[in-house]
Amino acid sequence: MINSDKPTEQNDLPVIKVRGLVNHFGAHVVHENLDLTLERGEILGVVGGSGTGKSVLLRSIVGLKRPNDGTVEVLGTTLNELNEAQRSQIERRFGVLFQRGALFSSLNLQENIALPLIEHARLPREDAEHLARVKLALVGLPPQAALQFPESLSGGMVKRAALARALALDPDILFLDEPTAGLDPIGAAAFDQLLVTLRDALGFSVFLVTHDLDTLYAACDRVAVLSQKRVLVVDTIDKVADTDDEWVQDYFHGPRGRAAQRAHTGSSNNANVQE
Amino acid sequence: MPSEWIARHDQTVTLKGEWTLANYRYIKAALNHSETRTELGKPTGATVSLDAITRLDTAGAILIVELIGVEKAQAVADWAAELPKEQQALLVRIAEAMEAPLDVDPPSYSRISQALASVGQHMAGLWSQQRQLLAFIGLVVATLFHLALRPRHWRLTATVAHIQQSGLNAVPIVALLTFMVGAVVAFLGATVLQDFGATIYTIDLVAFSFLREFGVLLAAILLAGRTASAFTAQIGAMKSNEEIDALQAQGLDPIELLVLPRVMAMLISLPMLAFVGMLSGLAGGAMVTSLSLDISLTQFMATLQKDVSVTHFLVGLSKAPVFAFVIAVIGCLEGFKVSGSAQSVGEHTTSSVVQSIFMVILIDAVAALFFMEMGW
Repeated sequence: MINSDKPTEQNDLPVIKVRGLVNHFGAHVVHENLDLTLERGEILGVVGGSGTGKSVLLRSIVGLKRPNDGTVEVLGTTLNELNEAQRSQIERRFGVLFQRGALFSSLNLQENIALPLIEHARLPREDAEHLARVKLALVGLPPQAALQFPESLSGGMVKRAALARALALDPDILFLDEPTAGLDPIGAAAFDQLLVTLRDALGFSVFLVTHDLDTLYAACDRVAVLSQKRVLVVDTIDKVADTDDEWVQDYFHGPRGRAAQRAHTGSSNNANVQE
Repeated sequence: MPSEWIARHDQTVTLKGEWTLANYRYIKAALNHSETRTELGKPTGATVSLDAITRLDTAGAILIVELIGVEKAQAVADWAAELPKEQQALLVRIAEAMEAPLDVDPPSYSRISQALASVGQHMAGLWSQQRQLLAFIGLVVATLFHLALRPRHWRLTATVAHIQQSGLNAVPIVALLTFMVGAVVAFLGATVLQDFGATIYTIDLVAFSFLREFGVLLAAILLAGRTASAFTAQIGAMKSNEEIDALQAQGLDPIELLVLPRVMAMLISLPMLAFVGMLSGLAGGAMVTSLSLDISLTQFMATLQKDVSVTHFLVGLSKAPVFAFVIAVIGCLEGFKVSGSAQSVGEHTTSSVVQSIFMVILIDAVAALFFMEMGW
């Protein structure tokens, strides 16, 4: 959100428009003619069995992998057509949380988060580190963690710190690759809630790759199922769960799926959290 | 103090405009200029209105919470009901995060004690490094003897693969380098010996230096740079990926699986490379003597045969296995010392190259003394 030209964009345009995406590694085809749209301000959960190309899709959208065919339109522009400088302008409006955190191992946490603030927002180091410490507290890390290095942290703390870094520049689009994997259930629930609060407050859009059924029920507005090399169905979670597909049925109506659904309907009846 | 972001009207301070990261510096400067901050800190101070804020992100929210205090921010719903629900939630959330003191200062020491501590740390590090090296050599040798009688545990495939990587693939670079050094030594000899009319001894100079020293030393230094670093990086990457732990947890011995094949490969490769180095050093010398000193190749070979005994060749070659062992062991040990960070991989790779070159030259100097005293 650090670009002041943002209000000039039409707000009803989808932030990400993937059309006819083809990805293959040698003879192994991962995506074939894949279409997907991420609307402004929504949290889109992307699910699929292992090896259906969820992470590859994420990498194609953020520009880490050049698709073999098809177009990826982000914030109204096609990334592959831009030059280095224009790309960087767009890319700084992304926040990406990688599956394994990918914190910079030679910087402590506070420096990890201050880095984009210093480089992109041009803040003085002192201010940047102050903001970094607040963001670390915001994702639930204790103040002492600010001076620790990633190697001395537990997996859950790495995830939180990585989220804080992804949020550093108050991005327009947040890409999360399995953010709650490796968190304890309490931490995962707090993460879901944090995500919704921040999304409501900051109005960013979220592309969320996950296996966590609780996250799908608690945080996602829509769910996309990746199967058979394309997006099988995109809709609200209840409609997706009713899709007539073997994998979808197993996924949403297996023992874990039912438990997550029960937990969700129970809590929303009590507190009226959703809608 | 009127500005783009703050306006005062009697007892009301109005915050307005875009309180975002892009404006963070300017808002902060504006706040520092006005007396707003001190007045809002007082309990009976001015009231705040947030209604005119058009955009708010976390950076702006942090500034507001700092300005009005955590308690007031948490009760934002009571006094700023006009503010959109989302922005209220953001303020409350930020205030919660800022409730506990956030500043942790690293412990600070005086410069003198820091300098002393760093000297002590380096000395202690040097000492423990040598101890670790000796312990690791012991471990490797013990494992080697333990497995010598158990052919089933010999990792032939891995060993051959490492011989290819560190031995065979290094042949061109070793040959080229020693050839050029051989030519340089011959040139030097020719220049100095010309004054005495003894240019024919250039052949002896090249032969002695390459058979006894340069052939094996140059090959060893090249492998220290080329292979010790590779071993450190390979094992270091496995260490930070917890692969070493996985091996141990499965009851497999990382020394047997990772270190011994590398050590064996080096023990086989380096003598061969040293031999290649000797030959191509002599070839370099022969080229210079035949082109610029008018000593024919036949004469070169005849002098070589007459003046230079095979002892020199054996003395040179006998050092190769020692160098090989030291280089391989240092490379592997430094790999095991790698901890998680990328920086650590770099530090230990550097350390393994520096240490192994240092050890190679040190051992070579001691060996030269020894062979001289023995009259070999």
